[in-house]
Amino acid sequence: MASPPLIDIRKLCIGFRGRSGALLPVLHDVDLTVCRGESIGIVGESGSGKSTLALAAMGYLKHGLQKISGEVIYDGADMFARTSHDLSNIRGGQLGLIPQNSGQALTPTLRIGRQIHEALRLHCSMPTSSHAERAMDLLTQVRLPDPKAILHRYPHELSGGQQQRVAIAMALAGEPDALMLDEPTTGLDVTTQAHILELLRELAASRNMAMVYVSHDLGVIARVCDRVQVLYAGETVLSGPTREVLRHPGHPYARGLLASIPRLGDRTLPRALEGRPPGPDGPRDGCAFAPRCGMATKECTTTHPPMITGMARQMTRCLYPMQVAGSDLGGAGAVLSCCAADSPSVLRLDEVAVRYDQPGILAALRGAPRPPSTVDGITLDLTRGETLGLVGESGSGKSTILKTIAGLLPPAKGRITLGDGTDLSPTVEQRRPDHLRRIQMIFQNPDDSLNPRQSIGEILAQPLRLYFGLRERALRDRAVELLDTVRLGSHYLDRRPGQLSGGEKQRVAVARAFAAGPEIVLCDEITSALDVSVQAAVLELLNDLKGLHGTAFIFVSHDLTVVRALSDRVAVLYQGRLCEIGPAAAVYAHPSHPYTEALLGAVLEPDPDQTPNLLAEDFADLSPPARGCPFQRRCPVKRGALCETDTPPAQEAGDGHVIRCHIPLAELRVSTTQAPKS
Amino acid sequence: MFSMIFKRLALGLVTVWLVSVIIFLGVEALPGDACTAILERDAHGEALEKCREIMGLNSPALSRYLSWAGSALQGDFGLSANGKDSITDLVGYRVRNSFLLAAGALSVGIPLSIFLGTVAGLRRDTWIDLLFSTGAIFAMTIPEFVAATLLILIFAIWLGWVPAIVLTPADAQPLEFFPEFILAAVVLTMLMVAHIMRMVRSSVIDAMASDYVQMATLKGVPYWQIVFRHALPNALLPAINIIALTVAWLLGGVVVVEVVFNYPGLGRLLVDAISGRDLPVVQAITMIVAATYVAINLLADILSLALNPRLRSHRMRQG
Amino acid sequence: MTRTAAIVRNMIARPSGAIGLTLVVCHLLLALVSPWIVPFDYKEMNALQTLSGPSSEHWLGTDHLGRDVLTRMLLGGREALLVTGIATPIAMIWGGLLGVYLGLRGGWTDEVAMRLVDAFLALPGILPLLVLITVFGSGGEVLMPTLAFFFGIPVIRVARAAAHEVVARDFISAARARGHRRLDIVRRELLPNVADALLVEGAMRWSWMLLGFSALSFLGFGVAPPHPDWGLMVSDARVYMSLAPWGVIAPVVALSSLIIGINLTADALAKTLGLDQSRKAVV
Repeated sequence: MASPPLIDIRKLCIGFRGRSGALLPVLHDVDLTVCRGESIGIVGESGSGKSTLALAAMGYLKHGLQKISGEVIYDGADMFARTSHDLSNIRGGQLGLIPQNSGQALTPTLRIGRQIHEALRLHCSMPTSSHAERAMDLLTQVRLPDPKAILHRYPHELSGGQQQRVAIAMALAGEPDALMLDEPTTGLDVTTQAHILELLRELAASRNMAMVYVSHDLGVIARVCDRVQVLYAGETVLSGPTREVLRHPGHPYARGLLASIPRLGDRTLPRALEGRPPGPDGPRDGCAFAPRCGMATKECTTTHPPMITGMARQMTRCLYPMQVAGSDLGGAGAVLSCCAADSPSVLRLDEVAVRYDQPGILAALRGAPRPPSTVDGITLDLTRGETLGLVGESGSGKSTILKTIAGLLPPAKGRITLGDGTDLSPTVEQRRPDHLRRIQMIFQNPDDSLNPRQSIGEILAQPLRLYFGLRERALRDRAVELLDTVRLGSHYLDRRPGQLSGGEKQRVAVARAFAAGPEIVLCDEITSALDVSVQAAVLELLNDLKGLHGTAFIFVSHDLTVVRALSDRVAVLYQGRLCEIGPAAAVYAHPSHPYTEALLGAVLEPDPDQTPNLLAEDFADLSPPARGCPFQRRCPVKRGALCETDTPPAQEAGDGHVIRCHIPLAELRVSTTQAPKS
Repeated sequence: MFSMIFKRLALGLVTVWLVSVIIFLGVEALPGDACTAILERDAHGEALEKCREIMGLNSPALSRYLSWAGSALQGDFGLSANGKDSITDLVGYRVRNSFLLAAGALSVGIPLSIFLGTVAGLRRDTWIDLLFSTGAIFAMTIPEFVAATLLILIFAIWLGWVPAIVLTPADAQPLEFFPEFILAAVVLTMLMVAHIMRMVRSSVIDAMASDYVQMATLKGVPYWQIVFRHALPNALLPAINIIALTVAWLLGGVVVVEVVFNYPGLGRLLVDAISGRDLPVVQAITMIVAATYVAINLLADILSLALNPRLRSHRMRQG
Repeated sequence: MTRTAAIVRNMIARPSGAIGLTLVVCHLLLALVSPWIVPFDYKEMNALQTLSGPSSEHWLGTDHLGRDVLTRMLLGGREALLVTGIATPIAMIWGGLLGVYLGLRGGWTDEVAMRLVDAFLALPGILPLLVLITVFGSGGEVLMPTLAFFFGIPVIRVARAAAHEVVARDFISAARARGHRRLDIVRRELLPNVADALLVEGAMRWSWMLLGFSALSFLGFGVAPPHPDWGLMVSDARVYMSLAPWGVIAPVVALSSLIIGINLTADALAKTLGLDQSRKAVV
């Protein structure tokens, strides 16, 4: 660190004025230094102030926020003291931003070409005549196929990954010295994320750019960053080299966070971090983490810890760094409750297909061929007490399958039968109350699935009244009991969803599903809207309930590690078709289908030594191919015309492990480039 | 895109057709008909029968509807209730006058309201925003006839700039009824500006708080370029339809304004026709106004289809 | 009940809500008690004292027939408040329920109904009212149902859009998947979430209906003389405006303060409930 730092943030406090009129801090005395060519990760959960910090580094505050004290030195001068002309020159020039959701960050009414030209016009010293060529050049650099066509497109006509690449190209237009990345891959599919991260790494290395990478995902940080700074409740609690922080975290919060992340290799559930961070209006007497800290002493609640040198080249905001260092990392959480072997079947899907589109009258008259079904050929079995994980990227039809089982969407083809062999009617309106009771669904976003106008008591009363006819006293008692099983007190009965945190709301949703005493619970990405520490708590809860009631789960997620943590069996979907299904251990240890391999290869874990294995291209298609293998367009080991014309056969690999691929099983196993994870 | 325009067009035609049916049935359902109106006290017995014979009122309702609608399509609305004047002649100049009034109000009102709304939105929560927004609430809540009366009180009576009461024939040269025109246009403009301004303001506030404006700021785009290139097009495009609905709705207010100012337009003729129970004239005017309403909305639909890229192409999948 | 109390408290905390509610409550109270507190008989004419200015006897002067303007102003909102006060809830209920039903139902029924709604909206605002009044008279028994019907039509559209928004949310799917009856879903899940939007809408529509009512009176189609009504008073006094401006100003102030009060209340209500009112079309 011989040269002076490029960005030097000193004792920055940013806050907003609360209803009481007091200034409430969002960031509290945060320091950050970034040198040329260095990449720094800012990690924290929602509300930790990490995005505010990244934007403040560019001298920008969102509406309502104000700087209370401190300074942001860039290139020798305070960003907040510069003229707007100066700022315009620096922003998008020397300092580039790559936003979280490029779909919303690109101006919808301007073509991509015009937006890139605008960046060039503002920040590129080259003559205007060369701009067109430069724009093409930039799009090629970020590896967009057919850059010429992209220039003429509007943002909404691109896929999420393409939009993100355009944003990167736009930032590169100013030849930046430093890039601010605000969760640039959140919301993208794993394979797309892995490709974009590799691109960013290469760009940063080749241009000697500094990067400030904001993310909630330690796996991403582990891949891209040299140093990590962990934010908690607006404060830096830990900073140090990535490897050290991930291997020997010197702050109890970082330890808890790491332990709550599910791993591919783990056979146990991640450990939850109980409690929630204090809000900006909370007192700042002691350590902000003390209420949730297992090692907290009385002093922790009264003395605000300073940033001190901890072990392994880290700076930590903890009074007892030695004790923390000496304590057990404690990775192992609860053991997965397992279903008994050969339990009876509770649900069976037989060649189920679903389609959303209805052909228009004109198209039908013209005899235009119908597009292929959104979901097709789904055959699944679910036994009592078993958890079946459904994984796949966006558009893989996983939620559609759940909605079809729940009766919210009628299947176009195929049968759904219950364990006793009775057919389930296609729609809820036709199903018998008892059938409805046996299948319950939990939705992705509890903000959306809990009626904001009902109290928690009323929400839980709905299924209890409907299925069991409970009234008054009995109803209330049962509701309290249910709250108890999801570890919420009876005082929640009178609250409304708006007064609960995200994790608490999702627990209520779980309690509502279990109120019906279901045989099968359908979970649709139920942890994806939650912070990772809260997610771990919900996973623990589901695991307990499963052990307690012998309920079968179908657990849908885009996150392979979460599915791994909870599932007995896993089904991998691509564009509405099954690729591979089998026992979780077998699928994760020996991914046989090329798509499963590609998916697993792209998973990033908080491990500094892991490198992703990018097998397949990451472009997305509008609809599945009409014939042949669904994965044919992206498959790295495609076998010619056969894959385009014939539906791949289901190959049995023993123990219920089925792979749908034209390549013979023996060859698939050999071609597995992915080393089995232990 | 053309199939979308075609669809809107078809829907617009269906709406106009439905309006014609509603009007025809509405008039049918009312007690009395053209003959009872003409004959007044003599409307009984033989005279009434004979009159109905002549006017073709005894044929079935369907055939009367078809002949009425058929000739209306060719611009011929038949004769007024007194059986003498051609409605088309009666209405002709008044359509022109009302159109002039609306055009005057629109050509000033729309740019003005967009300007005021944009300024209020950009200077959100400052004194200028407060002034504009409060002014808008007042302008919205004062009834047209009250505003009109007050304007006459101030400009005609206290200041004496324009004559207070004028009676100008409908076929006069536009310049001759300029005094009535200007005050009536001011009242309409005021109402319109108030409504549209509020909407533009919140649309601009939304756009300025959007991710893409933040991105443009952090791309180093200077403020006014952000406003004109990034924020305004996005704020105003979705507003087109709402502006059209507001405009069409306010055209209904023309009726009252015209009566207050004695403006020789369709609205006043309508009120006179209703007072005189001249149902054929009422039918004709209603058809003209309704068709205009549909046309304005159709125009807005097509305009926003043509200008808004997100409506033009179907949304592609998120990948 | 606690929610209502909380909402009212929150509204009063805003300047717009405090002013608006005060104005509306004052108007309602005045309308209730005015027959007992007015200084004169509203019909009592005085040929010797026409168009006289404000005096200690006639605080707001007299009109062209020598009637006391203050008396007529105090009484002039009663008919309007009564008719619109009953017609607005009726319009909101029938328009709201039909709109919610169509929003849920979709399909052909919805398509056809919406075309009809469009057609009705295309009629020049005041016309159907005028026609019905000329034919059937202008008594409250005609005005009330007529206003309730025609003001309910745009509500269909608003309620339908609000229902569409709510139906897309997962708690409706959750209720459907549990197997509740459609009616229960509407009553328990849908209506409470549409109700807020309709409440604000209702307040706005009330003010528009009052405007419409006064416009009718002004045009001579509403309240029949000699009954006092603000619209009618403006219309009568307009001719003598140069001689006796107070005759116009008094009813104008009364009517405007009521309308502004309702609008401010609606504004505060919308903000309290977290809805944005200004974004929508007036139709």
